Amino acid sequence: MESLRNKISGRNIVAILIFLFLLTAPFYMSSFRTNMISKYMCYALVAIGIDMIWGYTGILSLGHGVYFGLGAYCMAMYLKLESSGTGLPDFMTWSGLTELPLFWEPFKSPVISMILVIAVPTILALVIGYLTFLNRIKGVYFSILSQALAAAMATLLIGMQKYLGGSNGLTNFSTIFGKSVYLPAVKSAMYYITLAFLIGAFVICSILVKKRVGKVLVAIRDGENRTRFMGYNPAVYKVFVYCLSAVLAGIAGALYVPQVGIISPNDVNISPSIEMVIWVAIGGKGTLIGPIIGALVTNFGKSIISENFPELWSYFIGFMFIFVILLLPGGIVSLKDVPRRIINKINLYKEKKMDNEKNKKVLAKRQHN
Amino acid sequence: MNISVNTPVIEIKNASITFGNFKAVKNVTTSIGKNEIRFFIGPNGAGKTTLLDAICGKNKLSEGNILYNDGNREYSLPKIKEHKIVELGIGRKFQAPSVFSGITIQENMELAVAGSKGLFSSIKGNITKDERERIDDALNFVGLYDMKNEYPTKLSHGQKQWLEISMICVLKPKVMLLDEPVAGMGRRETEKTAELLRIIKNDCSIIVVEHDMKFVKDVSTSVTVLHEGSILCEGSIDDIQNNQQVIDVYLGRGGDKNVKN
Repeated sequence: MESLRNKISGRNIVAILIFLFLLTAPFYMSSFRTNMISKYMCYALVAIGIDMIWGYTGILSLGHGVYFGLGAYCMAMYLKLESSGTGLPDFMTWSGLTELPLFWEPFKSPVISMILVIAVPTILALVIGYLTFLNRIKGVYFSILSQALAAAMATLLIGMQKYLGGSNGLTNFSTIFGKSVYLPAVKSAMYYITLAFLIGAFVICSILVKKRVGKVLVAIRDGENRTRFMGYNPAVYKVFVYCLSAVLAGIAGALYVPQVGIISPNDVNISPSIEMVIWVAIGGKGTLIGPIIGALVTNFGKSIISENFPELWSYFIGFMFIFVILLLPGGIVSLKDVPRRIINKINLYKEKKMDNEKNKKVLAKRQHN
Repeated sequence: MNISVNTPVIEIKNASITFGNFKAVKNVTTSIGKNEIRFFIGPNGAGKTTLLDAICGKNKLSEGNILYNDGNREYSLPKIKEHKIVELGIGRKFQAPSVFSGITIQENMELAVAGSKGLFSSIKGNITKDERERIDDALNFVGLYDMKNEYPTKLSHGQKQWLEISMICVLKPKVMLLDEPVAGMGRRETEKTAELLRIIKNDCSIIVVEHDMKFVKDVSTSVTVLHEGSILCEGSIDDIQNNQQVIDVYLGRGGDKNVKN
């Protein structure tokens, strides 16, 4: 128990250090870097959600880009309308629309838009989750299904040239809640709002994981059937955690758009969805702080490397992923265990060697006799 | 074939189970009374586990019915969802020990004991004082109280089985379904398990699938021999051991190691 407590508090210290760094970063980093970190915090928010569903519940979703995209598009539609003033959004005029499509209407109101940012991903996750988990679709079948969802979503968006900007996506935003998005004050406000959501999500998920619901999720991961025969209905819990992760991804998407200035079908497709899972794997799944570290470190690495060697990035992330899977299954957060593991390995090797020598001696004796 | 049955707790009526074209269980009728320890024995593929699965709702019946009487009401089990069946008081232990290794022994017990298994009460997530006491009792009962803050990975095979049994006990079930509870256990562990079952049966009916004949002799109050999906013979262990048919299809061909003692 003692060692367990230590482990948990050790993780909390790491969490506090990271959050302190994020809190103070705008004071000593250029606004370019700060903006980058803000973007990575959005990714970290997605990663926390994926950790809840994958790390704790054992459901590998390869389609969280969809929920990220839904949140992002809801936000982008609001921003676009606000930036266009009384006129139509620019791409609609180019494609010959003369009237605002009906489904754009709600996004005229900032309040309704914010509600939709949360509601749309939740409802889709609820429907998909209900249909799949209630029908006991699981494991690799669910992963494939979720991936197909990402592909379908991207294709759908690309096809909606007139209504959602097609493959160009939505961009050219100028104001948010009446303020220019280029104002430094707005930028730093966005930064801290993102950080607040990240910390909030981390705290809420940490509490959930400690409550019985978290234990049920782990139980579902370790033995779904057994959980069912203990009287729990795993489908309900799976739908819950799926919706939770979808909401986090949706909020992340909504925070991402005003800071990055564009959302396009490329950001909701299969490969960004898989990248999200990789952040969690690299950081360390099932730890909550690991995914945050994973998202920050991986993306920071991505920027640094692609600034210097633009072609190398994809090899690098592939290599990192393989490295983590093979040698560091616990991700970055398990780095502190590495010395102990090496010592154990050495001891094991020594014991084996001694055993071998003993056996040899015994054999030699036998032969002698 | 005279089993003294007081009010039956479980009544299996003409139950058949088919998988595709294969009839795994054919027209089985039997009933299990209060405080009874019933063993299902028989060669591999006789349909023992399939029948257990049908009682707890994992397998669907193709014909027949299974009735459950909890003392107040009678339920038709095939119409009820698995997790509801558990709530009605039927606990199931699977063949392989399947405690949850990602959470501590205490947390395993807390999951089992929780009065309401719905999402919202899990999010609130506190167990009552009474439930805490029941956990302590159940852990003391199987002798794992001192290890309650460890992870189950530290337990031996036998201890895992006991933990699982205590996870069922803590629910205070009316019926306990155990699939090969002593498989892989040493003699001493088996004896302890037998001891536990004898205590448990005071508040509960137990159905056990098992191959270990010594264990069957030790604890059974009645035995049902299944063969190729149907009941071959039913009665006390002595009846069974003297039944020529049973000796021919099961006992005689090495289905057991210690029968002739």
